[in-house]
Amino acid sequence: MTDLFGDLRDLYQEVILDHGRKPRNFKRLDDATLTARGDNPMCGDRMELFLKTAPDGSIADAAFQGRGCAISMASASLMTETVKGKTPGQAKQMGEHFRQLAMTGTCPDCGAEIAEDMERLTPLSGVHEFPSRVKCATLAWHTLNAALDGAKEASSE
Amino acid sequence: MDGVVGRTGALDLARVRADFPILSEKVRGKPFTFLDSGASAQKPRQVIQAMVTMMETAYANVHRGAYHMSERATEAYEATRGAVARFLNAGSEREIVFTKSSTEAINLVAHSFGRGVLKAGQAVVISEMEHHANLVPWQMLRDAHGIELRVACVTDTGELDMDDLAAKLADGKVGLVAVTHMSNVLGTVTPAARIARMAHEAGAKVLFDGSQAAVHRQVDVQALDADFYVFTGHKLYGPTGIGVLYAKAALLEAMPPFLGGGDMIAEVTLDRAIWAPIPAKFEAGTPPIVEAVGLHAAIDYVTAIGLPAIEAHERALVDRAMARLPHIEGVTLLGRAQDRGGVFAFALDTAHAHDVATLLDRAGIAVRSGRHCAEPLHARFGVDSTCRASFGLYTTPEEVDLLAEALTQARAFFA
Repeated sequence: MTDLFGDLRDLYQEVILDHGRKPRNFKRLDDATLTARGDNPMCGDRMELFLKTAPDGSIADAAFQGRGCAISMASASLMTETVKGKTPGQAKQMGEHFRQLAMTGTCPDCGAEIAEDMERLTPLSGVHEFPSRVKCATLAWHTLNAALDGAKEASSE
Repeated sequence: MDGVVGRTGALDLARVRADFPILSEKVRGKPFTFLDSGASAQKPRQVIQAMVTMMETAYANVHRGAYHMSERATEAYEATRGAVARFLNAGSEREIVFTKSSTEAINLVAHSFGRGVLKAGQAVVISEMEHHANLVPWQMLRDAHGIELRVACVTDTGELDMDDLAAKLADGKVGLVAVTHMSNVLGTVTPAARIARMAHEAGAKVLFDGSQAAVHRQVDVQALDADFYVFTGHKLYGPTGIGVLYAKAALLEAMPPFLGGGDMIAEVTLDRAIWAPIPAKFEAGTPPIVEAVGLHAAIDYVTAIGLPAIEAHERALVDRAMARLPHIEGVTLLGRAQDRGGVFAFALDTAHAHDVATLLDRAGIAVRSGRHCAEPLHARFGVDSTCRASFGLYTTPEEVDLLAEALTQARAFFA
């Protein structure tokens, strides 16, 4: 039989499959200063995010644990890598840009100062062609906002 | 519809499929392989046309006007009640109440029978494999009315644990057993007649959620001795917005109304109202008139083909699926019930259900992914989410084969 899914490599790029299979920073941070749970009730995707902030308020370390689809795991994995060293303001701004990337496939407003980090997230832009899957990609970023705002729960519903 | 069933009793699949316009649609450039009939079935042109014709030639509000067009609409609406009564082999048309869905029908029973007839301290028994529609209304009744809610276990094979059901009934406190007639996740068909016998021996009434079963099996509410039986139009190839509650007349007579409003009263003053006789007592407000006509057409459609022929067709599909799906490496099937219909929930070891569903969609295959409104059942089997393939009377053996092939490729894709 012919390859049924060949053109899906746009969505499931190797970096996503890799981060989905072997998520980075997949652990609990015992000395976390901020935590939040993210829940996608319709899908059953669930995650817990741990942030450790430095004295100057910036994100010194980020990690997560949870279960979910390849998109949500890869997105959380890439997020924990890219927000390290960022101030809360920068991290939130990245989240805004990422949501735009996930919903439209492009991010014309991505400023120069974070362009390099956004570049790392672009493999997830293919999700915009699958409206029902956008919330899988954005769950981690909703959870990040909840943690930074001191809320305990986030939902991408 | 004449001649769709051949002389052998097998249904003519090509002719059936030609009745469903949507099946010739292409999805992502591929033929549309619709394996989500358990969520909502597609509609044959006979149903579509009946609804259009009704609106074009016979529409007005029902039970109202003393004018010809209202009488025509009332006649069409009430004719559906007769068709449903025959479809379920109910003793009387008075025992058929129209609702907007199975969910509303169960809520009606939970509210009117639950609060009006059951007493605080009595218990309701459901099972672990209920759709949320047959779980949440009973939790609400428990919290509002002091009813104890008991949950009968499901076995590892995905069948109702009859010993556990007997144990839950043993103290004589149970006023109602409310269980599915066919699981929307496991495909398990429950032994309804036996459940009804056990409930009645324990002094309880019995409700069956037939949302899935009524589509796949001939249902005879009198043979089952069901006190309540619910199903919905849109899973039976009819429109959304109409569901059915069958209840024995004596029970409906004893129950207070569910919703108040027009059409459900015999006499109203500013102080009080006298309820209309059943079933009107339970049909407040303008009912789903056009939807009723669509449901009538859907019932005519499936009965012309014949439930036995539909059942035989689906049994062949189930056998084909069972011969392949469990043997695909990495595929775990939820439940292995002996008596089952064409509903399969499965998980793939290398991929999450949503990733599998997205891949299958690319191959034109529509399956549901998630928890299928049965979160406790997924917890029971220790899985976060599954994909579910469900068959309809238009499903072909080739579509079952395509699903199996696609799952094999999906596993490799994520490996």
